[in-house]
Amino acid sequence: MTDAYVAMPEPAAAQALERTWRDPPGFLGWLAAVNHKSIGRRFIVTAFGFFVAAGLLAAVMRLQLSRPDNHIVGPDLYNRIFTLHGTAMMFLFAVPVMQAMAVYLVPLMIGTRSTAFPRMTAYAYWVYLFGGLMIFIAFLLAMGPDNGWFNYVPLSGPQYSSGKRSDFWAQLITFTEVSGLLVSVDIITTVFKLRAPGMTLARMPLFVWAMLVTAFMIIFAMPAVMLSSTMLIMDRLVGTHFFNPADGGDPLLWQHLFWFFGHPEVYFIFIPALGFMSSIIATFARRPIFGHTAMVLALIATAFFAFGLWVHHMFATNVPDLGKAFFTAMSLMIAIPSAVQIFCWIATLWKGRLYMTSALLFTLGFFFILVIGGLTGLILGSVPLDLQVHDSYFVVAHLHYVLIGGAVFPLFGAWYYWFPKITGRLMDERLGRWNFWLFFIAFNVTFYPMHHLGLEGMPRRVYTYAAATGWGPLNLLASVGAVVIALSVLLFIVNAVKSLRSGELAGPNPWRAPSLEWAADSPPAAYDFAAIPVVASREPLWDARPAPSHVTGLATDVREGVSTTVIDALPDHRYTFPSPTPWTFLAAVATTVMFISSIFTPWAVVWGSIPIIITLIAWFWPTREETAKHLALEKRP
Amino acid sequence: MQGLHDVLQPAGPAAAHIATLWWLTLAICAAVFIAILVAFLIALVRAPRADAATPPDLAPLGSAEPRTRLVVSIAVACSIVGLLLLLAGSIAADRALARMPEDDALHIQVTGHQWWWDVIYDDPQPSRRFQTANEIHIPVGRPVLLSLQSGDVIHSFWVPNLAGKKDLIPGHILTLRLQADKAGTYRGQCAEFCGLQHAFMGFEVIAESPQAFAAWSDAQREPAHAPSDPGTTRGHDLFLTGTCMMCHAIAGTPAGARAGPDLTHVASRKWLAAGAVPNDPEHLAAWIRDPGQFKPGAQMPPHAVPKDELDALVAYLETLR
Repeated sequence: MTDAYVAMPEPAAAQALERTWRDPPGFLGWLAAVNHKSIGRRFIVTAFGFFVAAGLLAAVMRLQLSRPDNHIVGPDLYNRIFTLHGTAMMFLFAVPVMQAMAVYLVPLMIGTRSTAFPRMTAYAYWVYLFGGLMIFIAFLLAMGPDNGWFNYVPLSGPQYSSGKRSDFWAQLITFTEVSGLLVSVDIITTVFKLRAPGMTLARMPLFVWAMLVTAFMIIFAMPAVMLSSTMLIMDRLVGTHFFNPADGGDPLLWQHLFWFFGHPEVYFIFIPALGFMSSIIATFARRPIFGHTAMVLALIATAFFAFGLWVHHMFATNVPDLGKAFFTAMSLMIAIPSAVQIFCWIATLWKGRLYMTSALLFTLGFFFILVIGGLTGLILGSVPLDLQVHDSYFVVAHLHYVLIGGAVFPLFGAWYYWFPKITGRLMDERLGRWNFWLFFIAFNVTFYPMHHLGLEGMPRRVYTYAAATGWGPLNLLASVGAVVIALSVLLFIVNAVKSLRSGELAGPNPWRAPSLEWAADSPPAAYDFAAIPVVASREPLWDARPAPSHVTGLATDVREGVSTTVIDALPDHRYTFPSPTPWTFLAAVATTVMFISSIFTPWAVVWGSIPIIITLIAWFWPTREETAKHLALEKRP
Repeated sequence: MQGLHDVLQPAGPAAAHIATLWWLTLAICAAVFIAILVAFLIALVRAPRADAATPPDLAPLGSAEPRTRLVVSIAVACSIVGLLLLLAGSIAADRALARMPEDDALHIQVTGHQWWWDVIYDDPQPSRRFQTANEIHIPVGRPVLLSLQSGDVIHSFWVPNLAGKKDLIPGHILTLRLQADKAGTYRGQCAEFCGLQHAFMGFEVIAESPQAFAAWSDAQREPAHAPSDPGTTRGHDLFLTGTCMMCHAIAGTPAGARAGPDLTHVASRKWLAAGAVPNDPEHLAAWIRDPGQFKPGAQMPPHAVPKDELDALVAYLETLR
């Protein structure tokens, strides 16, 4: 029933489609690629690379903290390491990897052949890659930022942070901003306008909902940090005084702007993971998710509440007490939509039949770890309790329970789940189980003791501590756990490489899953679907087939797709996607040159924008050949 | 020092209110966690196993599953009640903290510096004010009102056994109320990342009987006594003619700079360098010679003083009790 949801094309038509949609050959073609699957794959692999790099930095920190008065790394290097660990994990791994998964999966899940703005996605990827490389190279050259991923002023301001370290941090934000905002615009447009006919908003998969909500959050939250990092750069480069109290500025302004972005950012990471959870649980409980509508509303409610929590990062400052009480209430209330989702998933598992796979195991890990992280979050949301545990190791424990339990475990589950779709081969289940159990146990061994360290008064971001504090034994335990986490991630890499070479062939739908991506080949052809499917239910591959089952009449020699209406997904018009071009890459190079040079001279903003303008003009320059093709298509009935 | 910096061993009303709220919150959260975990585990155990060949169950598509809906709705309602309880507890604790008495409070100004604490005991009578560093004595049973400010970057004042933390923010003055009900030494540490030596920006709060506190503060108000023997006189002269007096103050001498800790009664303190170095003649000498070996990045520069001069300097500083 599931194997051929989409009609098989004539071989000649399939070949024509493949020619039209594939990336051009050769190294230049690789640079010019715009296919959402190529970009998505690169994005995922790059983000995973940054995850491993930032994880190795964490290993060095755990080594340093494993015993008191340790001198493996000094304070300066330690500060650069913890800063890059946090910065890379948040800005170069957690948010981008979720967007990367969306770039790969959303078009397949909604039954189209591309994201709405494929060139823009390619450009966003290059900008992200170059920004990430910049910050790691700066780190290797001992120019890496050293004021934490939150980069509080005045410590990061011109007076207390000499050299260019903070500027590299601020420019990294600019890189990831540009990339994150562009991908968000791309995802929103794709989801709103390119869904397969019949896939009304009500029939949209929960993962797509989650990414839609996330993309909107990014668009509303990121300008705040963009503003603050620009103000910081101006304070440092051209002598403005936004944050200098001696000249009418205020360091608290930074904190408000940073956390107005920084708190929602946690939810940019968490909400996509909730989408993974819903996809994986439905498939492996072999029934639709209980309470689909409630789940969607919970996602949207979480996104709204997430913008009302930022002050709980600032309870120890002089925010008025009444104001703080409001933020306590918001911080507790955001647990309601999460509770709704957790209960709906438990109901789904309760009434389902469970197909136990590594993918499901990783998502089940969420229920233990994230629930603990969520409950400690309530503790941090309460003003009096926060005043004690704020900025202590208790917060380190909490944030890792939330981010690893709430996002990394579902993400690993998602990788086990979609690996066969992306590569055509299944991952090894035995290694997968080892991977899960090692990670799960080691995670708790590493981070659970940190709750106690925080209550015993250990502050965050200390490069060492005296033996007399008594913090040694629990720190050693945490460090042992960290080694095992590293082993489990290594096991994942071994599993991925091994499966890529010799894993069992998956076929289009190895898990017999309900959503459209499983109707495409594994790995999907360049054109995703030989014909754009028509959808009549939420679980198209499980439910009755609609008639007609697919869209006919689209060109095979031009990248053509169907655009549909926002709510009901009625066919609206035909839409031609842009073709591959190396100019996206060149524009990203020009952007990078401008961003990095402006660290050293403000004039770079002026002369550096000229190459950007040139590359953008070349990027958008229409060719006669393409215009002729479009005109011909328009005249066709 | 174990137990000297522990949130759950409160030694004063502020920390006690928070610890009470902690246990209430922990009880509610633990109950919720166990309930969720039990429901989750029962779901896992009772659900039949399946594999890739198992056809999906599409029955839910045709029915609203009213029983499940009822159970989930009840669970959500219970969560809301639990959250409201937590909110009420939090606000009650907040009010209790805000209503702590301030009558007859002892006023202390604390200024954070990279990486030490400047402490001024305020008094309506200017002649009774005095200044010290990194060690705060307070009388048991009397409210203390700390006014917190920063001399450079943001720091955070935290004595877990006595109260929650409060930031020291340049351009702002914040206040923190605390009180010790039990005599003892409570360790505190900067909690907001403030640069290279954030890890060693500690201090001690010593709560003692009102009599002992009065004796201590009277001693602190005294200016430094003039040296009496030739060895310490040499140290005194070296202090005032060398680089020391460019950063440090000793009341009763011409040294009045405020870039580093006040040294008027430095020998009476337990620690040097904000809790990083024990205060004895050997460590003091080593610290003067090379502060970076204890606190890499510390603002005090190394001093390559000949041994006899160093001994004289240390001998003089040791008289500052």
